[in-house]
Order: sequence, then structure tokens, then C-alpha cells
Amino acid sequence: MASVAKEWREIPGRYNLRGTKCGSCGKVFFPSRSFCPVCRRESIGKVEDYKLDRHGEVYSFSVVHEAPESCSMLKPYAVVMVRNRDGVLLSGQMVDVDVDAIEIGMPVRAVLRKLDADGLAGVIHYGFKFTPDL
Amino acid sequence: MRDVAIIGVGATAFGELWEKSFRSLGIEAGMKAIEDANLSGDEIDALYIGNMSAGRFINQQHVDALVADYSGMATNNVPATRVESGGASGGVAFREGVLAVASGLHDMVLVGGAEKMTDLDDPAIGSIMDSTADAEYEAGLGVTLASNYAMIARRMIHEGIATREEIASVAVNSHFHGELNPGAQFRRAVPLETVLRSGPVATPLGMFDCAPISDGAAAVILCPLEDAKEHVDRYVKVAAVAQASDTLALFQRDSITEFRATQAAARRAYEAAGVTAADIDVAEIHDDFSVAGVMALQDLGMYAKGKAGAAFLNGETHFDAGKTAVNTSGGLKARGYPIGAAGVAQIVELAEQLRGTADKRQVKDAKHGLAQSVGGNGSAVTVSILEAI
Ligand SMILES: [Zn+2]
Repeated sequence: MASVAKEWREIPGRYNLRGTKCGSCGKVFFPSRSFCPVCRRESIGKVEDYKLDRHGEVYSFSVVHEAPESCSMLKPYAVVMVRNRDGVLLSGQMVDVDVDAIEIGMPVRAVLRKLDADGLAGVIHYGFKFTPDL
Repeated sequence: MRDVAIIGVGATAFGELWEKSFRSLGIEAGMKAIEDANLSGDEIDALYIGNMSAGRFINQQHVDALVADYSGMATNNVPATRVESGGASGGVAFREGVLAVASGLHDMVLVGGAEKMTDLDDPAIGSIMDSTADAEYEAGLGVTLASNYAMIARRMIHEGIATREEIASVAVNSHFHGELNPGAQFRRAVPLETVLRSGPVATPLGMFDCAPISDGAAAVILCPLEDAKEHVDRYVKVAAVAQASDTLALFQRDSITEFRATQAAARRAYEAAGVTAADIDVAEIHDDFSVAGVMALQDLGMYAKGKAGAAFLNGETHFDAGKTAVNTSGGLKARGYPIGAAGVAQIVELAEQLRGTADKRQVKDAKHGLAQSVGGNGSAVTVSILEAI
């Protein structure tokens, strides 16, 4: 059972694809990091918020048939790794698509969707999923 | 630092052991190792326990205290430490035990690994396994440990690094050896077709690409190398225990077709042991998913990238093929995968091979053995090298 606070903390990343950019080397990170793991101390005070581009291409994918508890209602469902236009790799589910039609290189974009709910009266989790970018 | 020897090993059978509890499994493995080392148990001055998630599997935290108590070690107030590093829990526990002896801090250490998984149903177990990935940005979004390995496999096939058949043959190799190991969960060979046609888990990987859910425990006894012959005639030397880390989430890496943590740990281990990949006669690798086996042989430097799959497919990995024998125990796939026990069970198998007591699956004149234990999708890796004396 996830708490409301836990859900709220992740809103910038999960809802808006907010990451960070290192002002020292220019590398973009998602989810956000308080300092750059490459530049370390050099990057302190130079890390900026960065809104990631929602568009990208499928880098790899899988159709999940054996799902964990939280996703058992969805199965089978597709997960993808996406290389976005910032060059950043992202992972998430892919929806609004015939799972047999997914292929590497397919153009996709991130949209906000319901992820799952903590029972009937629980917190509903929202976050990004990918759809075909037609 | 002192040289360290393994003077005793023991393991329970692995499998769905409904009649056995966590504590009974741990004690069984520990007592076998103590007996194998010709000890009374009183000599042991520290315990290290690899365990991934007893807190969630059996609702028991603090298994270090539980094991110390039920093994009788608490009578002497012996320090006990539980180690968790996802799937690498056993490998990291072994390294901690070796370091404790090498440093001179302890003179007789028992390293155990145990997991009791089958009390829960499959989706619940899956959720626990997936929590070794990034809980917020992988598992929380529906990405499973299996689907990450599946996406690695898809990418390897796409880039021409391995074919689907080569990836599947990692499981065939493990089952080939599992048939020869009386302690294995699955003691039967399976043909390639069976793996390829097994029901999908996360495409392109199917049921037979995935290690099973298992209960089990394993244990080894460590002491300074110079003291080993006071206790036993046959023992093996720990030539290296290396460990490396990488990002928690798979998608944060520059490449998903190799594990840099395996490469780094291997490099450190070979250097410490003064050997190269070509010197390894027998290797136990972390094949929780078939594709991980292909990656392992490449990242360990035993085969060039793009060549390991064919080695599995052609049977070059068999115990009697004259090359590096791989997963003679049956690996995680056929021997079974009680998570915290796996990394310690690998050491048990290597010790059997290097002592010449591996019976029907004995690798001829095995001199050097290597074990690779992996947490999550390559976020933590240990590489240990053992040497016959
Ligand atoms: Zn930087």
C-alpha cells in the first residue's frame, strides 16, 4: 500500500517527465538526480531541472504475460525502452497498440495514464506510458 | 591480508520443500558444512548469512539472529550478519566472510545462504523479485525483472549478438547438468524445442528461460589457508573475491547488452588471482534468465561478444567438453534458485569440482573455478575465483 505522500513526491518525474541536466557536462538524467554521477562535486549547484522531450523511438520491448500483483489486471501488457529525442533511455508500458505490431524503431510519445490503484478506496497512481506517435 | 581456504561445504536439496521451514533449511546446510570440515561447531567465530527477503517471503526479519540462535552459535554469542544484495546476496555474503578471515579479524567463519520462497503465490513472489529493480521507475511502472532481461534478449537478437536458439540453449545446458546433480530441483535434460515452445513469461523469453521458484540453503566454512590441513585433507583456496556495482535501473546504462559490473568484477578477480579467463576450468554463472548466461560468458571474457551463444548451443559448455565447463551444478535454472542461497551454492559446487568430489559431472583435472553472482539486472555482481590445492 503506497502512501499519498510517496505518490506525491514522484509527481514531477512520473507525471511530467521532469529530470535534471548537469550544467557541467550537459548530460540529461531521468529520473532527476541532485548531482551528476560523472562530474560529482563539480556539478554541485550546476544541476538544473530539465523537462524531457516526450517523443522518441522504441529501443527494445517485451510483452509481459506473467505479471506482478500490481499489474495482474492488465496482462498481457507491453513494456518498452524508449530512446527519446534528448538521447535519454526511458522504460515504461506501451498502450493503445496491438502488442504484436510493436517493433524496434517505432515512433512513440509519452502520455499521462493511470498506472494502478491501491484497492478500491486506495490512491490511484498516475504516470507516463507510451503510445504510438502517429 | 591472509590467504583463505574453504574447508567444508554443504547444501540442502533445492526445490518446493513444503515440509521444510527457513530455519530447518539453514540448519541442515550449516550442519553439513560443519561436518564436512570435521568441526564441532564450537570453533566458528563469525556467521554471514546471504538472504534476500525473508521479511517479505516469510515475514521474518532479523534472520541473522535466527540463524545464530538455531545453529547454536548464539550460545557462544558469535556475531552474525545478514547480507542482502538482491540476487547477489549469497555472493556478497561469501565475499564478506572471506574478507573477515583474510583481514585477520576472524579465524573460522561460516557463510550461509538461504531462502524460503514457496510459501507465497507466484504473483506475490514476482513482486518481491521485481523490487530488486528500481521500485519507482521500473517496477512501479510495470517493468518486471523478467521483462528487463527480455528486452536485453530482444536487443541482443536485434544486434546480432545472439540468436533466440542460442539464448534458449543456456537453459538446455543447465538442464543437461541438472540431470547429473542429485541435489538439483530439476533432474532431467530438456531439448531446445521445449525451451523455445514454453509458455511466454515476457516475450521473447518463456517459462523455460527463467529459473524456478525454490526453497533451499547452502553453507561453506572458511579459515586461514595455513590452518586448513589441521582440519581436513581436501580443501580449496579462495584466490579472489571481487565485487562491482552499476546503476539500479537498467535503462540508465549506456549499453543493455553487457553488464559492466560483471566486467569490472571479473577484471579485479583475474588480477587478484593472477589468472586469465582462459585458465578457468569450471564456472558457475547466474542464469536466473537464460540470456544472462550468454552475457556472463562474454562479460567474463571467456568468449568475445557475439560468440558465447554458439558455445552453449554447441555444447562446448558441457562438463566433459574440454573447455570452460559452465553450470555443472545445473545452474540457477535446473539446480534451483532459492535466491539468497544461490551465490553460496555456486561456491559449494566449485569446491566439489576442485576437490574432485563432483561425481558424475566431475570436470577432469579442474584447477580453477569461477562463480558469478548477480543482483537485479546487473546492479551488483560478485566474481569469485577458487583454486585447487
Ligand atoms: Zn556532469
